[in-house]
Amino acid sequence: MTHRTEIRFLLNGADVIVTDAPADKTLLDYLRLERRLTGSKEGCAEGDCGACTVLVGRLAGGVLKYETVNACIRFLASLDGCHVVTIEHLRGENGGLHPIQQAMVDFHGSQCGFCTPGFVMSLYALWMGNPEPTDTEVESAIQGNLCRCTGYQPIIAAAMAANRYGSPAQDFLETERATITERLAALSDGRRVVTGPDDNKAILPADVADFAAVLEDFPQATIVAGSTDVGLWVTKFMRPIGPAVFISHLQELKSVTLSDTALEIGAGVTYSEAQATICEIFPHLKSYWDRIAGQQVRNMGTIGGNIANGSPIGDTPPVLIALGAQIVLRNGATQRSLPLEQFFIEYGKQDRAPTEFVESILIPRPRSGQFHAAYKISKRRDEDISSVAAGFCVTVSEGRITDCRLAFGGMAGTPKRAAKAEAALRGQPWGEAAFVAAGKALEADFTPLSDWRASAEYRATAARNLLQRFFLTHDETTTEAVDLLSA
Amino acid sequence: MKHDIITDAKKSISGAVHTDRRHDSAEKHVTGRAEYCDDIAEPQGTLHAYLGTSTVAHGLIRSMDLEAVLAAPGVIGVLTAADVPGCNDISPTGQNDEPVFPVDKSEFHGQPLFAVIATSRDAARRATELAKIDYEVLPHALDPVSAMEAGYPHVTAPLKLERGDIAPAFDSAKNRIQGRMTIGGQDHMYLEGQIAFAIPGEDDDVIVHCSTQHPSEAQHMVAHVLGVPSNAVTVNVRRMGGGFGGKESQMNLFCAVAAIAAKKWNRPVKIRPDRDQDMTATGKRHDFVVDYDVAFDDSGRIEAVDGTFAARCGYSSDLSGPVTDRALFHADNAYFYPNVRLTSRPMKTNTVSNTAFRGFGGPQGVVAAERMIEEIAYALGKDPLEIRKANFYGDRNDGRLLTPYHQEVEDNILPRLIGELESSSDYQARREAILQHNARSSILKRGIALTPVKFGISFTATWYNQAGALIHIYNDGSIHLNHGGTEMGQGLNTKVAQVVADAFQVDFERIKITKTTTEKVPNTSATAASSGSDLNGMAALNAAEQLKERLVAFAAERWNTEPETIRFHNNMVEIGSELVSFNDLVRQAYMARVHLSAAGFYKTPKIHWDRAAGKGRPFYYFAYGASCSEVSVDTLTGEYRVERTDILHDVGKSLNPILDKGQVEGAFIQGMGWLTTEELWWDQTGRLRTHAPSTYKIPLASDRPRQFTVKLAEWSENKERTIKRSKAVGEPPFMLGVSVFEALSMAVASVADYRECPRLDAPATPERVLMAIERLKTRE
Repeated sequence: MTHRTEIRFLLNGADVIVTDAPADKTLLDYLRLERRLTGSKEGCAEGDCGACTVLVGRLAGGVLKYETVNACIRFLASLDGCHVVTIEHLRGENGGLHPIQQAMVDFHGSQCGFCTPGFVMSLYALWMGNPEPTDTEVESAIQGNLCRCTGYQPIIAAAMAANRYGSPAQDFLETERATITERLAALSDGRRVVTGPDDNKAILPADVADFAAVLEDFPQATIVAGSTDVGLWVTKFMRPIGPAVFISHLQELKSVTLSDTALEIGAGVTYSEAQATICEIFPHLKSYWDRIAGQQVRNMGTIGGNIANGSPIGDTPPVLIALGAQIVLRNGATQRSLPLEQFFIEYGKQDRAPTEFVESILIPRPRSGQFHAAYKISKRRDEDISSVAAGFCVTVSEGRITDCRLAFGGMAGTPKRAAKAEAALRGQPWGEAAFVAAGKALEADFTPLSDWRASAEYRATAARNLLQRFFLTHDETTTEAVDLLSA
Repeated sequence: MKHDIITDAKKSISGAVHTDRRHDSAEKHVTGRAEYCDDIAEPQGTLHAYLGTSTVAHGLIRSMDLEAVLAAPGVIGVLTAADVPGCNDISPTGQNDEPVFPVDKSEFHGQPLFAVIATSRDAARRATELAKIDYEVLPHALDPVSAMEAGYPHVTAPLKLERGDIAPAFDSAKNRIQGRMTIGGQDHMYLEGQIAFAIPGEDDDVIVHCSTQHPSEAQHMVAHVLGVPSNAVTVNVRRMGGGFGGKESQMNLFCAVAAIAAKKWNRPVKIRPDRDQDMTATGKRHDFVVDYDVAFDDSGRIEAVDGTFAARCGYSSDLSGPVTDRALFHADNAYFYPNVRLTSRPMKTNTVSNTAFRGFGGPQGVVAAERMIEEIAYALGKDPLEIRKANFYGDRNDGRLLTPYHQEVEDNILPRLIGELESSSDYQARREAILQHNARSSILKRGIALTPVKFGISFTATWYNQAGALIHIYNDGSIHLNHGGTEMGQGLNTKVAQVVADAFQVDFERIKITKTTTEKVPNTSATAASSGSDLNGMAALNAAEQLKERLVAFAAERWNTEPETIRFHNNMVEIGSELVSFNDLVRQAYMARVHLSAAGFYKTPKIHWDRAAGKGRPFYYFAYGASCSEVSVDTLTGEYRVERTDILHDVGKSLNPILDKGQVEGAFIQGMGWLTTEELWWDQTGRLRTHAPSTYKIPLASDRPRQFTVKLAEWSENKERTIKRSKAVGEPPFMLGVSVFEALSMAVASVADYRECPRLDAPATPERVLMAIERLKTRE
């Protein structure tokens, strides 16, 4: 079967064919510069402010699902087969303001108005999925939207009232669902797509086997899953990424499978897609998961990508290492698996051959006697990169700590286990003394860096104190609240 | 008959003053149809500029090799200092210390050295990376303390405010505390960054569309750098995506570069930095290091204050003179200092030149005042609120009403305001409950604080306190309104249109609010210092009254009645026994050749300021407010949460209560952000590493108080004859955020049983909070 050389998608009401989509062209530049759809704004070009928020609808197993994404770091080529909905497309029943827009007007949710289209899109997505949200649910939906004028109160009020202005069932995306589904299905032909100029090629493999084949042909290719990191290579550092192989459309990488012994997550599963299952199996991750980036980035970013990019401050590695996760790497038709902590060799270096890719992550189910915790410390509670992240898993049997896994991010050049602190706990009776000793041992485990997120001293002190929190949280004699998030 | 028509019609016009009226652009905001500068359709042949910047904080430029830049794809040319046709200076205060591009020296890391002009923004941006610049690196000083130690100069003349005699007061005082506080700066983080778009015209002409709070200054600067008269330059601003002071003088550079390039290549040129360059190359709120010395009696009443306010001004003066002046003007916050000496030290540093930011130095003064209150409270073991009350300005009876700048506080409504908030927030009972909670809880601590704000309204540069407006009434009765203020989200256009609608008694919808342009109103002041509505509302009212006078004179003659009997009401005009529609009157006036256009003008009365003597009445009046915040602090990590905030704020008799409430809420959150999570961090090379929202953290929705009650003091009315007796609202509520900072301080103090003032520096990041806790714990 020959390759397709164009990408095809729906933009608002129109069918779009782009015959030459360079790997590094962003959706936002395409919208603003080529289509003159200027309602979506560039505020930061790094996926942090949300002023460029648009909806992307995609068929998964025949079901059309819309999610918010940051157009600034989303690559145009990755939209093959999608429905892109921008602020310009929103309309009410009689062609007037959409219910979300009317609520925002009536509750005075805009001042300078620059962030407003992005907020409207985020609230729109929330309302479609959850028309009667609580204020925390609204906060979560707009975690990735910055407003510098209003202080947010009127925006929250508008979101809470939106359902009084109209029902999602009557919304145009709902009434047009069948037609759009049909049109999107018609766009899919199961072929590999190769587009863009030779030095800036975008490749969309037909399936996972084809992905492996593409990597064999282009071992130097940049693998782009959610583009929440690679996007910044382009927008911030102007790094060439071509040839780039886009994989966010590969359904085979999107499975979440629960067996008797483990949870298996495909490398292409986004934070949002994993959220419900992972938080059900590992309840201690619930509040942690809510603090990974903002909603748009959670909709785009993948767990596989978070691991594969090897960052020492990625949110998922410390907690997954603590849970004893394994990753499966694939090279052509060959697979191998290894404990996650072994994947991270040193800063900027992972145990991955150029033609290899992360295929899935296996997390053993919790066992009885295990106590779990996941902590993230950052300057701002939400949508921030951690200064220290930690995952703890401590097994206690008959009052004695029989095993433990303490993993930290932000404390070294890689996400790393605290071997000496673990040794200080292992075999000890459960009690404050063991955790104080472990805290002391942390000093020998890590020599953290000082940077704009935190000083070395702060990281060291906070990491030690997290062990104290862990003890207090799980100790029967504790009678007071010891965690702000659960207080 | 006449009576019936009026009562049958709707009771009043839409958009009357003192009523809630939504932002005039609200529908355009929510639909994405509000046009910002970057959304303007570009004429064919538009070029794009991008700035190339320095990579050393301080160094001589030995050579600048731009050959590779010029050879890059899409590049049309470059601009350096040598290409500035007029004067290579954009100093807003005329100090000639701020070049468009420096000639031979880099004075901060990130300083623009040249611009690339290319066929696309992307091409221009990529090409800037190809410059090869050779520097002779010089030693640098990044903060005011190291600048003072290195003997760096002041960027502008310091100010001293003095009253009474501090020496004997310190000598005889029962209690005296000296300390130092470091207060961080703040990036504006307006969502729309800096942008300018210049279109060349015939002769010397150039039109500049941009996002500035100060179109007249941009106009004058462009004329200055082009070497042409101001009448050749037109600056247009429809709206800004936020300003907050960051677009008062900082847009000058971008306007200058776009205009120079547009004239040089005779093509439209647009310049828009990316967020990182916007944050590194443009100024911010000044960081301060305050050394204070305070004497007080056993009741906590202050007897003398000596304060030195050293500021990180950056490499040039920009607005640092008036900013550091205003820090001193607010170093009393709401408190009477019987003997006082306040000195500013506007230090030159090798950092970006700091600039205006909501409050304009005032917040730093206020925070220092509140630190002294805290010191006294912890020293005496009292509730800080008690100390605050003991030190409020008084009245004629007790003679405690003279500020350090010798202006009397004539309109002090704080006692009533504080009393009401103390009661509505249930402060006393909650404080008691918090003390008990903290005694029981070893890990999570709580804190509460109720802090006041008094803020002086007027530009301290007296000549800035003037404004103009231009109103046309077209012969169909529609009204075209223009004034010198700029719309940055605050709703200024809405308020001014309300004033005009009210004057003519016509519906708001009849008034077309247009872009701000230097072609219509000349020599305007910056929309800054919270003065937008005060000044432009009055100027517009003046224009409307002139027009009304002409219409009334015409009507009196035509209907042969006395002018005094003519009344405008609800889109109609009562003339003697007749009732005529406004449209009808206008049409008839036009037919009778009545001039239906008027320019209005206003200047603030009463104010004067002698800077050399440190005496005068710099402020027309004061705006007041108070907030009460409660926080929870995690003593293991220093993380915190604002549980509840109650605000009572004074906007006089509000022109538009709902917009004012929006200003109060937004300002509070922004002030809270300044004092909590917003941290500017430079590395040792002088490079700012918190230069985008990924590293610089402004508040999110989830950072707002869990319970948040904001009320305007509805009983307040400006004692002065301001526009409809309202008060300015832009800046004063910013300082309400101080209550969060003070509440955090109390929670920290609890770990040492409140025996010691925690001396928390700002911003109180979780790290600073934890380190303060650890410090206090070791004293236990």
